[in-house]
Amino acid sequence: MADARERGLEVAMGRMLQVGVTIAALLVLIGGLMYLAQNGGSPRDYEHFHAATRATTTISGIVTNAAHLDSLGIIGLGILLLIATPVCRVIFGVVGFAFLRDNLYTFISLIVLSVLLFSFISQR
Amino acid sequence: MNVLLFSLAVFGTSILAGFLGAMTGLGGGVVIIPVLCLLFKVDIHYALGASLVSVIATSSGAAASYVREGFSNIRIGMFLEVATTLGALLGAYLTAKVTGNWIGVIFGMVLLYSAWATVHKLDDVPPSTKPDPLALRLNLKGSFPENGIEREYVASHVPAAFGIMFGAGTLSGLLGIGSGAVKVLAMDYAMKLPFKVSTTTSNFMIGVTAAASAGIYMSRGYVLPSLVMPVMLGVLLGSLIGARVLTRTEVKTIRIGFAAVILALGAEMIFNGMTGRL
Repeated sequence: MADARERGLEVAMGRMLQVGVTIAALLVLIGGLMYLAQNGGSPRDYEHFHAATRATTTISGIVTNAAHLDSLGIIGLGILLLIATPVCRVIFGVVGFAFLRDNLYTFISLIVLSVLLFSFISQR
Repeated sequence: MNVLLFSLAVFGTSILAGFLGAMTGLGGGVVIIPVLCLLFKVDIHYALGASLVSVIATSSGAAASYVREGFSNIRIGMFLEVATTLGALLGAYLTAKVTGNWIGVIFGMVLLYSAWATVHKLDDVPPSTKPDPLALRLNLKGSFPENGIEREYVASHVPAAFGIMFGAGTLSGLLGIGSGAVKVLAMDYAMKLPFKVSTTTSNFMIGVTAAASAGIYMSRGYVLPSLVMPVMLGVLLGSLIGARVLTRTEVKTIRIGFAAVILALGAEMIFNGMTGRL
């Protein structure tokens, strides 16, 4: 009985991850093709580390660029979505365990979620 | 080499890395980082960022097929993720404190261990006779279908596994990899979980662990979109193909060949790190 509901939770988690990664990969592909069409002939420059700008390192910068249909902004949006899929899985865990009235694991999932959110808020 | 040719070459290599990573269970990051650094001369920090994003993609992409099989244990996964995500924060913090050359040396040592672990693939560890009382209190148990009957299991040595997982998380954050080899060490050797349960649960955990350091990598500028694009798409594609082939073929010879490759890459990473070339 409880097992069947737990199995349902797991299946829902798996489905969500699959949808998230598919949309993310499509965004990266579209942005990537645009980037190659515009900059494919330029010399590459990945040998040395450069200080990056806010446009590629902050969520607001990436979303703004993507909204202007900038190719790197669209790739960035795909990457953000991809990073968000495991975070959603943990949120799923919090809600699912609460639904199953498993207080211990609702609490454990909340700890994992706070660590993940901390890493995005602390930003360094 | 211009951007187009470079991206195509990296894309092709990433397919191969993802394929081999899935076949051996080590993940694509272990192969793609040294190849990007040694062959394509990419700065190691950019390589770590591109790999970490691919690790998340592989983990989430494989989730659907693992869920279908029904071996993964969401409670054990969530419990151990407390340790791996905290470790990942520490590891990501350390990447800014340690030079690229040191990261290369540590990476090389992990490669050497991975080569060893690939050849000495574990058989199912016999289940422990006395279950850990802590495991019972934390509900770290489950059952899975095997030859038509439900086989029950309870985790052993919970504190030790938690500690190893913290280390696995730190390596993941420091090196931009999933560190599946270390996770399996904790779940197979310490917790003595059945092999099928540990590998599928580990796959789930890898994505969450990597997400904990991804935010930090991004804010530091390690995640370069133009480089992530060919690496992530290639590794994802390769790992999906690898997972299909894996279920159909016996891969012992491939595994030994792969171990030889990562052994060589590991030695070269250590040499380049020690001589300050990374």
